[in-house]
Amino acid sequence: MTVVLNGDAVEIGAGATLADLVRRLGHDPARPGVAAAVDGTVVRRVDWPTTEVADGAVVEVLTAVQGGA
Amino acid sequence: MTDTETMPDAPADRAPAGAAEDPLEIAGVPFGSRLVMGTGGAPSHGALRDALVASGTEMTTVALRRLDPGAGGSVLDVITDAGIRVLPNTAGCYTATEAVQLARMAREALETSWIKLEVIADDRTLFPDPVELLDAAETLVDDGFTVLPYCGDDPVVAQRLEQIGCAAVMPLGSPIGSGAGIRNPYNLRIILEQAQVPVILDAGVGTASHAAQAMEMGCAAVLCASAITRAKDPTMMARAIAAGVQAGRWAHLAGRIPERLYAEASSPDEGRAPLT
Repeated sequence: MTVVLNGDAVEIGAGATLADLVRRLGHDPARPGVAAAVDGTVVRRVDWPTTEVADGAVVEVLTAVQGGA
Repeated sequence: MTDTETMPDAPADRAPAGAAEDPLEIAGVPFGSRLVMGTGGAPSHGALRDALVASGTEMTTVALRRLDPGAGGSVLDVITDAGIRVLPNTAGCYTATEAVQLARMAREALETSWIKLEVIADDRTLFPDPVELLDAAETLVDDGFTVLPYCGDDPVVAQRLEQIGCAAVMPLGSPIGSGAGIRNPYNLRIILEQAQVPVILDAGVGTASHAAQAMEMGCAAVLCASAITRAKDPTMMARAIAAGVQAGRWAHLAGRIPERLYAEASSPDEGRAPLT
């Protein structure tokens, strides 16, 4: 299966969850500071371990960086 | 005076009101400092930490971007270690749809419903797009957010944002990062006269006197990022701008003398000796 994770096409196994994808980006999904959206819908952190990511899904995982104003 | 001498303590009744007696209140939350510092532009996390501490700020902004496994350290650790409240922004958004989506992700990531709402019109001026801004503000207020919108210096837009239910309005003094100060003090005066919510000068501060001017005019607070983080010595500039904010606040509370075209003698005419 292929999904788009933060703009990059990545291969994932069947049944991979949002928590798995967040972990793949080097972040412990149990820790705060990161948000994730699948196909434009924000998924709450508590739901990441049970949210399976479908083939072709577009996943955005964001965190706080220096910025602003 | 040498370093070994000390100034006598000022009598308590002559000391100006300290920050503790004059808190800024946004959406019912008190802040001892009237300087909101932005984290953008700092050369390193270490330099940022030192500037944040020196500024005395109690709230600081962050942007949200894609999680990068290669990024070293987290700005959130710097901010939380310093005991400062984090205010996520929607920097980089051009439409209401994008800004609302980013605000919702910020709420999830940072566990705060406060959002510094920015919806810009173009990347040359970084001026806010008033149509998209009002649209996003309305959606986010309805969704339970405490919305602090970055807006232009248009009094009509500022008033509309307040009517929608924004917790503050944040007009620019001049373009983001320009350091050009308050380009339209007349419009800012009208915004200040009309507003029932805190007016926080956002964008354009280049140095301490700009911050003091905003506070003298009656702004509730000043937001400042580049002027501090991109100064040659960010820590010293953080102190300078914090002092400017405080000086301007005291001057505003003290009530300045009216400006006159001609002189008004302060020494009595009576009793003047006719010396020859």
